[in-house]
Amino acid sequence: MEIRWDILAIIIGASLVTFLPRVLPLVVLSRMQIPDLAMRWLSYIPIAVMAALLGNELLMTDGKMTPLRDNIELFAALPTFLVAIFTRSLLGTIVVGVVTVMLLRFLL
Amino acid sequence: MQQENVQLRMAMDENSFLQGVKDCIPTLLGYLSIGFAAGVVGHTSGLSVLEITLMSILIYAGSAQFIIAGMVASHGSVAAIVFTVFIVNLRHLLLSAALSPYFRHLSAFKTIMIGTLLTDETFGVAINRAANTRALGESWMNGLNVTAYLNWILATAAGAFLGQWITNPEKFGLDFALSAMFIGLLVLQLIGRQRLFRDLIVVVSAVIIVVGTSMVTSGSIAVIIATISAATIGVLIERWK
Repeated sequence: MEIRWDILAIIIGASLVTFLPRVLPLVVLSRMQIPDLAMRWLSYIPIAVMAALLGNELLMTDGKMTPLRDNIELFAALPTFLVAIFTRSLLGTIVVGVVTVMLLRFLL
Repeated sequence: MQQENVQLRMAMDENSFLQGVKDCIPTLLGYLSIGFAAGVVGHTSGLSVLEITLMSILIYAGSAQFIIAGMVASHGSVAAIVFTVFIVNLRHLLLSAALSPYFRHLSAFKTIMIGTLLTDETFGVAINRAANTRALGESWMNGLNVTAYLNWILATAAGAFLGQWITNPEKFGLDFALSAMFIGLLVLQLIGRQRLFRDLIVVVSAVIIVVGTSMVTSGSIAVIIATISAATIGVLIERWK
């Protein structure tokens, strides 16, 4: 049970480069009057980033499209979406998603 | 008068630290499983429980921690690892910028505290709430952030510790928890915003662009390019209409 020097260097370096992008826009932009056009643009960021993260997670493996017939996650996304739309429950959505993937991996 | 007091107190409760903790609860399971998986993967790549826990305390970013584990296992250099983490977490610039209008009233120190613990998940919960209430309270945000943070540290430490006995967390579908959470957050956003047609075009654009660009560059850069382009498309459609 130890901490190696090179790992410590990685952790400290990585924590700095993670900290700055998280904090800088909040501190700087919250002190400025942002133009209307920029505000409109920012209003699309939440859905755009979630969709991009999802597309990357569900459709891609190592820079290639995941073959459709092997893509259990994509099939599981369907009931997950339906539960999200009809229940609007975050927890329910996650549980159904995880259980669906578990079942599909068990069965296929 | 009495009535006013009651209303005031209700408004304060809504913005309390405790309410932030409560609003974090639905996401705990998702990040518990991802954190647990991150701990197991860290263990598999030869990191000690202490190193994994320190990573969660100081870095606190799931994708970065998975990448560090992978690159440590393949003996990447310190500089290469730090640079990759920087690229992967650049999308926080966009999240942080999108939250900034809601924290105008706070001091620089308080915004730093909020930004330090910003994640995809706390961002998703916060921006959903902002869509309904138009404003975000500092205590509420801290309640949300601190709960998610502690949950993450516990989950990764547990994964690192139990990693010696668990070899494949994928068998239980735990790796899908992150995608499922993004699906939930995305759907809640779309329902809350009431401009479905434009939003769906933005969503579809983001997916197409991320698939196209990740074929020629890394996934995390593709996410940033897709986010920026899709948001721009959204603004252009607004203008064009």
